[in-house]
Amino acid sequence: MTEVHTPHAHDSARLHVMGAAAYIDDLPHPAGLLHLAFGLSARAHARVLAMDLSAVRAAPGVVGVYTAGDIPGDNNVGPLRHDEPLLATSEVHFAGQPIFLVAAQSHDQARRAARLAKVDYEDLPAHLTVAQALAAGDYIEPTQRMARGDADAALAASPRRLHGALEIGGQEHFYLEGQIAQAMPMEDGQTHVWSSTQHPSEVQHLVAHLLGRPSADVTVEARRLGGGFGGKETQATAPAAACALVAMKTGRPARLRYDRDDDMILTGKRHDFTIRYDVGFDDKGVLTGLKLELASRCGISMDLSPSINDRAMFHADNAYWLPAVEILSHRLRTNTVSNTAFRGFGGPQGMIAIERIMDDVAAAVGRDPLDVRRANLYAPGRDITPYGMRVADNVAPQIMDELSLSCDYAARRAAVAAFNASHRVLKKGIALTPVKFGISFTAQHLNQAGALVLVYADGSVQLNHGGIEMGQGLYTKVAQVVADVFALPLSRIRITATRTDKVPNTSATAASSGSDLNGMAAYYAAMEIRGRMAAWLAAQNGVAVEDVRFTPEGVVAGDTTMPFSALARMAYMARVQLWASGFYATPEIHYDRAAHHGRPFYYFAYGAACSEVVIDTLTGEHKVLRTDILHDAGRSLNPAIDLGQVEGGFIQGMGWLTTEELVFHPDGRLLSHAPSTYKIPTASDRPAHMDIRLWERGENVEPTIHRSKAVGEPPFMLAISVFSALSEAVKAAAPGVGLPALDAPATPERILKAIAELKAR
Amino acid sequence: MIRFLLDGQVTEIEAGAQETALHLIRERLGRKGTKEGCGEGDCGACTVLLGEIVEGTVQWRAVNSCILFAPMLDGKALVTVESLGTPDRLCAVQGEMVARHGSQCGFCTPGFIMSLEGRARGGLGTVGQNGPRPVADVLSGNLCRCTGYGPILDSAAACPPALRDDGDVLAGLAALPRGEGENWHAPRSADELAALLVDYPDARLVAGATDVGLWVTKQLRDLGRVIFIGDVADLRGIEESEAGVTLGAAVRYSEGWDVLARLHPDLGELVRRIAGTPVRNAGTIGGNIANGSPIGDMPPALIALGATLTLRRGDVRREMALEDYFLAYGKQDRREGEFVEGIFIPRPAPDAVIAITKLSKRFDSDISAVLGAFHLSIENGMIARARIAFGGMAATPKRAHATEEALIGKPWEEATIEAAIPALARDYQPLSDVRGSSAYRLAVAGNLLRRLWLAHNGEAVSVLEVGHD
Repeated sequence: MTEVHTPHAHDSARLHVMGAAAYIDDLPHPAGLLHLAFGLSARAHARVLAMDLSAVRAAPGVVGVYTAGDIPGDNNVGPLRHDEPLLATSEVHFAGQPIFLVAAQSHDQARRAARLAKVDYEDLPAHLTVAQALAAGDYIEPTQRMARGDADAALAASPRRLHGALEIGGQEHFYLEGQIAQAMPMEDGQTHVWSSTQHPSEVQHLVAHLLGRPSADVTVEARRLGGGFGGKETQATAPAAACALVAMKTGRPARLRYDRDDDMILTGKRHDFTIRYDVGFDDKGVLTGLKLELASRCGISMDLSPSINDRAMFHADNAYWLPAVEILSHRLRTNTVSNTAFRGFGGPQGMIAIERIMDDVAAAVGRDPLDVRRANLYAPGRDITPYGMRVADNVAPQIMDELSLSCDYAARRAAVAAFNASHRVLKKGIALTPVKFGISFTAQHLNQAGALVLVYADGSVQLNHGGIEMGQGLYTKVAQVVADVFALPLSRIRITATRTDKVPNTSATAASSGSDLNGMAAYYAAMEIRGRMAAWLAAQNGVAVEDVRFTPEGVVAGDTTMPFSALARMAYMARVQLWASGFYATPEIHYDRAAHHGRPFYYFAYGAACSEVVIDTLTGEHKVLRTDILHDAGRSLNPAIDLGQVEGGFIQGMGWLTTEELVFHPDGRLLSHAPSTYKIPTASDRPAHMDIRLWERGENVEPTIHRSKAVGEPPFMLAISVFSALSEAVKAAAPGVGLPALDAPATPERILKAIAELKAR
Repeated sequence: MIRFLLDGQVTEIEAGAQETALHLIRERLGRKGTKEGCGEGDCGACTVLLGEIVEGTVQWRAVNSCILFAPMLDGKALVTVESLGTPDRLCAVQGEMVARHGSQCGFCTPGFIMSLEGRARGGLGTVGQNGPRPVADVLSGNLCRCTGYGPILDSAAACPPALRDDGDVLAGLAALPRGEGENWHAPRSADELAALLVDYPDARLVAGATDVGLWVTKQLRDLGRVIFIGDVADLRGIEESEAGVTLGAAVRYSEGWDVLARLHPDLGELVRRIAGTPVRNAGTIGGNIANGSPIGDMPPALIALGATLTLRRGDVRREMALEDYFLAYGKQDRREGEFVEGIFIPRPAPDAVIAITKLSKRFDSDISAVLGAFHLSIENGMIARARIAFGGMAATPKRAHATEEALIGKPWEEATIEAAIPALARDYQPLSDVRGSSAYRLAVAGNLLRRLWLAHNGEAVSVLEVGHD
């Protein structure tokens, strides 16, 4: 049993480095392939008075031009609510909304033609920001309230009290492979779709409705994604639907790959939030009451915004006991692209709110923020979340203690203070912050998965499941689980592309749940086959079934040992079924959304990070100098892959809070729509000193697959340590007047603004 | 018809100026390992290596194939990710990347492999006068959204630059008959170029294509007739003397890096901060000047240092101060049939007070919000001369004459600096855009002047020079 808990390379690593791993755009062009491009709205909110597409139709290579009226079924790509047309009808609702579709002989011809439309607009009033939508009272759903106790009374009775606000910017996913799909028309009205999607079943479902066909007529396939991060959970549907539409209309295969600018303009992003708080605490900084208001920009349609904003509420406690609390969550509709899932799924925005409050309270009582954080952690008797779930696996205190010692926090905090005392321009900051992240889809029905394991008569094994490989190593981890069941080397497991005709009704690969769900489903499938093989062999050899053991040396039954392949052959000849499907549904979870009460999570994942930064108080430039991370992946299925998730998540989170800034023109157009203007971290932004470790004592208290823990999203929020450290550094520019009102992303401009505001106090 | 070496074979293919090398590689050579991530030379997923003969050896350089025009492959050796290891025998960088878990989604990986291979071959921009450049600098033009870079940096460190035998490539390149693309001229000498431009004054001049490439990939513009100056041998000269440095108009950033760093360390640091390796390996300093961008990084720095420009039409040359070249937004003092031939940068006095500071959201591969360049001469405690220029503050790279006047003849002290700062508002009325607000730009411009004084008096001012505790 050696294949799990070992650092196997990613299953496609060798193909990646050779350039031999095929993504959809690398598939050979089938005969007659058409290339598509969307024509986009130039206005944020307008009535379309006239649309002259004659120049588009006449452009070289154009085969067809399609508008909403050409859609035979449902003109909708909205996942929850029927509120997101594939192609706009009489009104446009955000700048960049697709209004028509061009099919041409080449990618270049399609792009050129799409720019030739003449559209007459009559502008309508548009609200673009949280503040404008609040003023207009435009919400995608009613404001949600999560509360415990009487927060008003607790605040009134609190020894100390302060108010604050925080603006948190959105984030572009910037997966390196942009959105892409290809559709092939098949016989009798069927369609085969290749989609770079995290949610093939949803693409299948929405494409079928759009075509007016049953789901059984549409097959969706995805072998690998060039990155997803949540950006291909719902946003992959539109290009897939466009391809399927054209394939149906023309009888020819069709491919749509968004140009990078189009991708950034017309796909949703992380929600930006405006946060307000009113917090009560004692002289030691222990919280006594909290009222928190979270307002987010959802964009024009619902997408997944309800669940995302729910998760912001769920994580507004992070690792802290909030005795009396009220959390209000406003979900604003704006004339901007519909915001969507992004690693952390609202959790980061909720979590950074409470971490800002910790820093603010610490500044107010004059204590080390780490001491204030520790004083507020969940503990026995103080272990119920605001939504009524008991924190039964609270390891945050141990992890924070271990990390603060291993990174030498106390001595370094003193050194930072000494540095600040002796430097006029440069100021340092250091912060250690925890992460507690709830694992499970908060929509209960999504917590299910299926897998299909096929053992062939020669003993080779094929594995298929509903999870998507987007770089996170899911395929590798699940294959390790199956290899382990049969005691085969990992190389004997052939991993196959995720397809809706092999495993149906799958959930999105999201919510960090990929390994938990699909790993367990595959485990059950493999165990069923192993059970049948063992039962047959036991009967054959006259031994008890318990005495049949699958070992790396072969299958042992009493005194005999035989290769797995030999057993497979014999079992096949004896007509034993050598394939099985497996199914898993997460136990224990339940949630009453109306009351915002229950157990939405099976367990929590934990981690902590300590970051040290330096800022230039004249320019606002800053640098993360050092980061130490201790993260709990339970009993890691694959420590190398999990470390990769931790580091990648941290750096992505650091980008969100520092360099990545979405800038909109006052007329609603996104200005930062290419990597020339939207800056994700580069290699040199990685802290020069970075120490990342998995917590050795980590073990899931729940019976997850091999007691591992989910690791996709939680490390993202370790980057909040960078933001807190930056706040500390800014604070040092004008000591003694409190915490700066630093907003995110902490660009040089925002840091300089925060310094100016602080000095003016 | 163009010709290039691909894995030792001469490849002959029709190519025009409107086609990118990436399109040729993926769609016509069928090599799908090279990816399109952004189509504008920012992400590096399309990185390939080009080899050409320089001073008798093969010079390798990593470039972005997405903004390289296909005819620019003519006469070169092309290396794509498929040229490297085989499944049974990965090359060293491929092996390290597998062993150290350097790929996750894998889409950026071929580009990283090519940049790392360029470094392993001691390619252009990867080795400087002080030895191999830091790995993070070499990889500044490759974006990865999954890994956080650690395993990739470790893989690079395990594959240091090494000598290799390029004899076959050298022989192949030497024997390669040169071709030419459709509507594409690639003169070999400045005389030839001068004559061509007189004949075709409307032709589009292309050097590295790191800007003009985007006109095609993003704006879908038709370039018409192109004259490519990258192969003009006598525009690629670098002369270093007591008086200063002369750079031919086709000298690439990576080629001029060391000599500029010797002129002043801030110039070297500025080159390091311009774009990423594949762009520095293609883009030219002459091109950065000639296209007149208000956010070009070299012009304000060179204006502060007193650089002059040589323009040529036919056999007629004229010289001008660099700042006089920029007339208005998008308008330069370049006459019909004229081209920038070279730039002369005088060597600053050893005791001159110089600071060139680039401010951007991200340190590497970003465009300046503000670039401030200061060049003061102090005599007997007084500011005798001042040349100050900014980028990002006006419609052109522009001198701060009012601020200079407020400094000249005044004592070199903090009060003088503070008194001069308000003059910046007379020199500049910057715009607000995606890179910064007008207020930030003006405030930070003043702070750069303060920073100049503080740094001169020994105060640490750069976050890039600080370690952790």
